[in-house]
Amino acid sequence: MLDSSADRAVGETPPVVSKRSRGLSDRAIAWLFVAPSIFLLLAVNIFPLIWTVRLSFTNFRVNRPNAEVQFVGLKNYISVLTDGDIWQTMQATAHFLIWTIVLQVLIGFALAYLINKKFRGNDMWTTIIVLPMMLSPAVVGNFWTFLYQPQIGLFNYAVGYLTGTDPSTFSMIGDVSLAPWAIVIVDTWMWTPFVMLICLAGLRSIPSSIYEAAECDRASKWRQFWTITIPMVLPFLMLAVLFRGIENFKMFDLVVQLTGGGPGSITELTSINLKREAFEKWRTGYASAYAVILFVTVFGLASIYVKALNKVKQR
Amino acid sequence: MTDFIKGLRGFRRGAWEIVASVLIALGVFMLMQPFSLSLYSASFIVTLVGTVMFIIVSHFPE
Repeated sequence: MLDSSADRAVGETPPVVSKRSRGLSDRAIAWLFVAPSIFLLLAVNIFPLIWTVRLSFTNFRVNRPNAEVQFVGLKNYISVLTDGDIWQTMQATAHFLIWTIVLQVLIGFALAYLINKKFRGNDMWTTIIVLPMMLSPAVVGNFWTFLYQPQIGLFNYAVGYLTGTDPSTFSMIGDVSLAPWAIVIVDTWMWTPFVMLICLAGLRSIPSSIYEAAECDRASKWRQFWTITIPMVLPFLMLAVLFRGIENFKMFDLVVQLTGGGPGSITELTSINLKREAFEKWRTGYASAYAVILFVTVFGLASIYVKALNKVKQR
Repeated sequence: MTDFIKGLRGFRRGAWEIVASVLIALGVFMLMQPFSLSLYSASFIVTLVGTVMFIIVSHFPE
């Protein structure tokens, strides 16, 4: 019965339509839909990556397209890895990375812990705290340069008010010893809400029954915090650290807008230095080797990140 | 500790992933530390070995 209905349906289907529908399998249709994305991925991500690796072994300079391109082997890599200036840049990045992560985790977790308590205006405060994260880094960098102004800046005024120092005697972005902290403060201001949100998700995933059981066992609040809250939130905190670590390793826009890498090159992070090598000094081969080194580092960190993410999923 | 060594001997994913992760972390530390230029120079190769190892060992059985 079923066969005869199917035969009849096939017979009634116009030949062109039936040929088309028979011509494309589900797999082919799936490929057809996925193909544009794959093409874009190959064109925008994979091809430039392979091309960069290729260029990193040459003396190519993009401002001299007609010059002969010579294969130089590992020379560019050796140059990058023995360059004291780049090493300094890595240390500036490390200072930025470590302090932003430490401050963001501490403040973010503290805020999440407070927001997790039920109180009046809880939602309003959450929205206010999350606002900086939603702004553009270029905008944030721009208005913080005004806040850091020695003459009219609110930041200097606040510091002067609290410490009794004359606000015009120090410049956060003009002083060699203060500029690295200036970028740390702005990044912390901007991205602490992100860490807070991740911690909040972790805190809200802890079943209240665990705390109730701990209460029955007469565990103190302090003990509950160290033996329940911290271990349960730790995977989320780890995720936040890895996320911010990878993002801040690539930090560019905020710092360029705020200090431009200065004064001197004290806040010149790796991505800013890389841009200068590639598009100001036009050392394309050298900059490619530099980019490959940074890529491998970020890729390695991302691998650990994916592993941590899978652990969180398994919980 | 014994499980970890058994995992290494039996080419298990978990144990080898820990080794690769430690290598990557060590490489990143060497890249950014302020103490020795030699450590900085060797950092890339350590990170690269760790990263490539991570890609390979993530295909090992659990």
